[in-house]
Amino acid sequence: MKYLDEFRDGATARALAATIRNEALTGREYRLMEFCGGHTHAIFRYGIKDLMPANLRFVHGPGCPVCVLPAGRIEAAIKLVEEHQVILCTYADLMRVPAGKKDSLHKAKARGGDIRMIYSATDALGIAQANPDRQVVFFAIGFETTTPPTAAVLKIAHAMELKNFSVYCNHVLTPPAMAHILDSAETQIDGILGPSHVSSVIGSCAYASCCKQYKTPIVIAGFEPLDVLASTLMLLRQINTGRHEVENQYTRVVSSTGNEKAQALMRDTLVMRALFEWRGLGRLPDSAMQIRGTYADLDAEKRFAMQDIEVAENKGCICPAVLRGVSDPDACKLFGTVCTPEDPKGACMVSSEGACAAYYSYGRRRA
Amino acid sequence: MKATHIKGVVDMTHGSGGRASARLIEEIFVRHFDNELLAQRNDQAAFNVPAGRMVISTDAHVISPLFFPGGDIGSLSVHGTINDVCMSGAVPLYLSAAFILEEGLSLADLERIVASMGEASRKAGVPIVTGDTKVVEKGKADGVFITTTGIGMVPQGVNISGDLARAGHAILISGSIGDHGMAVLSSREGLGFSTSLQSDSAALHDLLAAMLEVSPNIHCLRDPTRGGLATTLNELAMQSGVGMLIEEQAIPVKPEVRGACELLGLDPLYVANEGKLVCICDAADAAPLLAAMQAHPLGRDAAMIGRVVEDDQHLVQMQTAFGGSRIVDWLAGEQLPRIC
Repeated sequence: MKYLDEFRDGATARALAATIRNEALTGREYRLMEFCGGHTHAIFRYGIKDLMPANLRFVHGPGCPVCVLPAGRIEAAIKLVEEHQVILCTYADLMRVPAGKKDSLHKAKARGGDIRMIYSATDALGIAQANPDRQVVFFAIGFETTTPPTAAVLKIAHAMELKNFSVYCNHVLTPPAMAHILDSAETQIDGILGPSHVSSVIGSCAYASCCKQYKTPIVIAGFEPLDVLASTLMLLRQINTGRHEVENQYTRVVSSTGNEKAQALMRDTLVMRALFEWRGLGRLPDSAMQIRGTYADLDAEKRFAMQDIEVAENKGCICPAVLRGVSDPDACKLFGTVCTPEDPKGACMVSSEGACAAYYSYGRRRA
Repeated sequence: MKATHIKGVVDMTHGSGGRASARLIEEIFVRHFDNELLAQRNDQAAFNVPAGRMVISTDAHVISPLFFPGGDIGSLSVHGTINDVCMSGAVPLYLSAAFILEEGLSLADLERIVASMGEASRKAGVPIVTGDTKVVEKGKADGVFITTTGIGMVPQGVNISGDLARAGHAILISGSIGDHGMAVLSSREGLGFSTSLQSDSAALHDLLAAMLEVSPNIHCLRDPTRGGLATTLNELAMQSGVGMLIEEQAIPVKPEVRGACELLGLDPLYVANEGKLVCICDAADAAPLLAAMQAHPLGRDAAMIGRVVEDDQHLVQMQTAFGGSRIVDWLAGEQLPRIC
């Protein structure tokens, strides 16, 4: 397949991996955080770990949008369905994420809740138009990648004066999460494979201050396996020469300034939230977006007077440490026994992009 | 068989057992299934069977949409059960069919489905000899649900079962994977993409007969339907108490299937097939079996994709095209598209 096979070529991979093994200095460890779930997925799916030197470790970061959404926000969405009888439109991989009390959107749907899986934010608009006598809420989640489509539907719904449509906004921002992880004393990260799709929106220069402040090299990396390998080599070279810069491996998609149209859309419709809870990272200031006042009539949190719901995480679950890159999934005593993809306790086990799910599905035992 | 151009929709009287039921059965079912045993109008079909080992299998069919590129629920319900029967090595003989119709289903659609079943069964040479129809109120079903049951006889000398895979055996697949699942998905509303993909829905007993002629010594057969190739291999590994090692590069996947899977974040290894089989045989039998498969229209793209290995954890592992290896796990829940 054009534009994919080129980035999955085994021979090129072996050559790149050999270079990495050659250039990795003995007598030290390299701890590289791949920020996105897409990277984690590629590392496991293509068996990239097998090709790396023993002293190079990938640490799995928080960049799985489904994983970092706290259970309370899902529980609040279920309340919308069950107490306000709304039609809730959601991206599919949120369906099985555990909310509190062993609940999930999937189970709420089975109880009769009208929850629809959609593939695009505009599908939610279509559902609202087709059901004028029902309230339709779009459960908007994700990093900067999925934020512009939400911004776009806000604009469209506003222009159409749709009265039965609103957005439950849960969009989060990448740079604050990255800064939070690097700021934590327990985290030891030598370099970061930076977000790929997110960066296509916000641009590679969005990470400059983070890179400078924490003296940590960042390489914007594509999601294909050769992208991951090439970016790993770029990080290795920065580390070996003592540099800490933002470099861009994913130049076929990411520019330094990003997608300015998308940024303008987001600025028009959304504003910074003072505080937002991330599963695993806790409450982070200036790390998420909410709907701007001009569009307040489309804000589900206001329309339905939604309250924050506190849900205690499973005590044994170490998702927080996994998301900060402090622990590996298999260090968790729940891993693979109490917590499995069939019955996930922590969010990292839910999405195929979650670190625990990737560990479980692809890497439980080495060949 | 020409369609009768019946107008109107299914209503509750069609399930009442009265005149409307009788008319429906005559004008649609008997007409399109048309065989001697059904024509006797008994509540059961009676026939002689040869001595030997008999196989029975049943399969409930629900699918949305009812019509998809390359097939419909009717042909699917015939192929599905024939395949389940013949994955034991059996020659399928007869089918039964039970219909649950939702009030409001258009009679024209019902006739299209039944005609397609009739055609599939005639083409396969496996008649539908008895059946039943019930009607449920609107909202209590999804158009039509079809359950088919099939029986068949296993020829002498054939011993096929999911627990007979042993280390050293070869793993064959009869063609490209994921065609059915992606064809159905692409025809669903709301996805906003279209492909030229056709479902691979087909009855595999003829292909199997050609294979058994070359080597009756096949150990395991299974059609990788729901859950795809990955699930079938995991089932067989578990049942036989072995591991499997497959090679990504050897697995045939059509470019359209790969493309659609990429777009939706799905893995073709887990996407359903309705006209493919997995065969596990002695390594020495692999080449002649492959040649026989490739000479048959339903096995043109057959390939050897790996081998059975010893493994007390019964894992399916894959050598990636990339040069690494990974576990090909059971599917957890349903395969859901990813958001980024």
